[in-house]
Amino acid sequence: MPNSPSDPSGSPAAPAVPADLAIVGAGPAGLAAAVTAADLGLRVTLLDAGDRPGGQYYRHPAPGLGAARPQALHHDWSAFAAREAGLRAHEAAGRITFLPGHHVWTVVPAPGAAPGAGEPAKAWRLHAVVGPEERAATVTAAAVLLATGAYERQLPFPGWTLPGVVGAGGAQAMLKAGLVLPGKRVVVAGSGPLLLAVAGSLAAAGARVPAVVEAASYLAYAGRVPTLLRNPAKLAEGALFGGGLLRHRVRLLTRQAVVAAHGTDRVEAVTVARLDRDWRPVPGTGRRIPCDALAVGHGLVPQLELATELGCATRTAADGTAALELDTEQRTSVPGIWSAGETGGIAGAQLALAEGELAAHSVAGRPAPAALHRRRARLRAFAEAMGAAHRPGPGWTGWLTEDTDVCRCEEVPAGRIREAVAELGARDARTVKLLTRAGMGWCQGRMCGQAVAALAGTAPGADRRPLSCPVPLRNLAELPPDGC
Amino acid sequence: MNATPRRLVGGAPEAAYTIEFDGRAVPAEAGQSIAAALWGAGILAWRTTREGGAPRGAFCGIGSCYDCLVTVNGRPNQRACLVPARAGDTVTTQEGTGRAELAV
Repeated sequence: MPNSPSDPSGSPAAPAVPADLAIVGAGPAGLAAAVTAADLGLRVTLLDAGDRPGGQYYRHPAPGLGAARPQALHHDWSAFAAREAGLRAHEAAGRITFLPGHHVWTVVPAPGAAPGAGEPAKAWRLHAVVGPEERAATVTAAAVLLATGAYERQLPFPGWTLPGVVGAGGAQAMLKAGLVLPGKRVVVAGSGPLLLAVAGSLAAAGARVPAVVEAASYLAYAGRVPTLLRNPAKLAEGALFGGGLLRHRVRLLTRQAVVAAHGTDRVEAVTVARLDRDWRPVPGTGRRIPCDALAVGHGLVPQLELATELGCATRTAADGTAALELDTEQRTSVPGIWSAGETGGIAGAQLALAEGELAAHSVAGRPAPAALHRRRARLRAFAEAMGAAHRPGPGWTGWLTEDTDVCRCEEVPAGRIREAVAELGARDARTVKLLTRAGMGWCQGRMCGQAVAALAGTAPGADRRPLSCPVPLRNLAELPPDGC
Repeated sequence: MNATPRRLVGGAPEAAYTIEFDGRAVPAEAGQSIAAALWGAGILAWRTTREGGAPRGAFCGIGSCYDCLVTVNGRPNQRACLVPARAGDTVTTQEGTGRAELAV
């Protein structure tokens, strides 16, 4: 097997000298931070679970697929291309060590550097599993930037476990990386601006998109006119997506939702119903749309496991998800740990790039350009307006029947969760989990957590789990006896 | 001209090969994941669930949901959306945990 830096299964051992900064995640935030930090003279180790830099947003075809125009599937590809060139130059110069195929499962204070009372840790140790062989690897660094991004928010409905029902972001990811479609006729549904991008990509790649079904109303943006006007680039982006949909004759249905998917071995049609202002389906408004795939998602959820395990404080963002509490220099509440991008609240790639650069300046102890601070404030305000407009209304649980599986892994239906709440006294997602196994399977609640919390009548809390991915026991057994 | 993902990006795969799925030959292109190769052949399900025996395939597409678990070359519980398809791979539908030999 070849042993080159780009080969995740045979990636190089981590450098023996601790890095000045270790960055988890090579998406827009992590990549921008790595290049900026190296520009400022820091020695950086950049780790990513994937094989190539770019994260989910700049996910692109594997080199073997020989794509001459990867930018055709991307918005703002030049922003990525410039930073990837920077990454490769710094790699060649030995200032950045890029470790692809590394899934970091925990971050702990390094032995001997553990904080005393009131003191920050002097160094951090990051443990990763590497490649399909799940080898163990360890990196040490004086500072850590968590740029772990997000995954998709899913709200269950009858039929959502049928083959052919896929995440909207999932369909986009499979298209960008593998150049494949889940079907020929794909309904796109859920809530949030990602749907427009997904529908545009699917249509451009040859799928017929009978409709984009958006649960919110775009009129909700009307109350935020000043914020919108300060973000003309965002408005232009929206117009671009809208224009693309018109060109492909895609209908945009608002205040409606897919409330059921039908089929036996795979999806054959969906039922779309009108929603009231709380997202409750209006009786008698359901109609079927034939399709052979459904791409569905209700926005994104910050991926916080590593941060919450370290004790980083969280806040509830406007979209209802838990996000990290960060200061204007991207510091978390734990000294020595920074974060940037979607972990601080879902806001898109442009803000992630800016926040990555801000964090790099802060770690390097340099003042960041004022323009960068202004950009961050402006784009964060836009994200809050967007999040509020697409936040799920409480009535969405009206889509569920008693036998709708809410937890896909453990196959726990809504009826059992409601029973745990109504009859057994569960008041939060954690108690529901103990009583029903919802959230106890492979994905550890990433798919059902938001839904279970809603059924339990609570706001979804931040992820809390000691390992961010499955780790072979042998890797734990091989850890040094100091316990870290 | 009908649009396809490959035409959109001007793709010219450096190699194409065949993997085997439940005894059937499926084409794959260099760099595709197992899930992408199966989608390319119109196959959306390659696992049945432990409790209900329901068919499942790729859902999140990024390795978060574990719905696309599959047995590759006899090794169960591989996430098809993350594992690259390699020439001659044998992929089999995974029933339940894929560890029938451990059943009591």
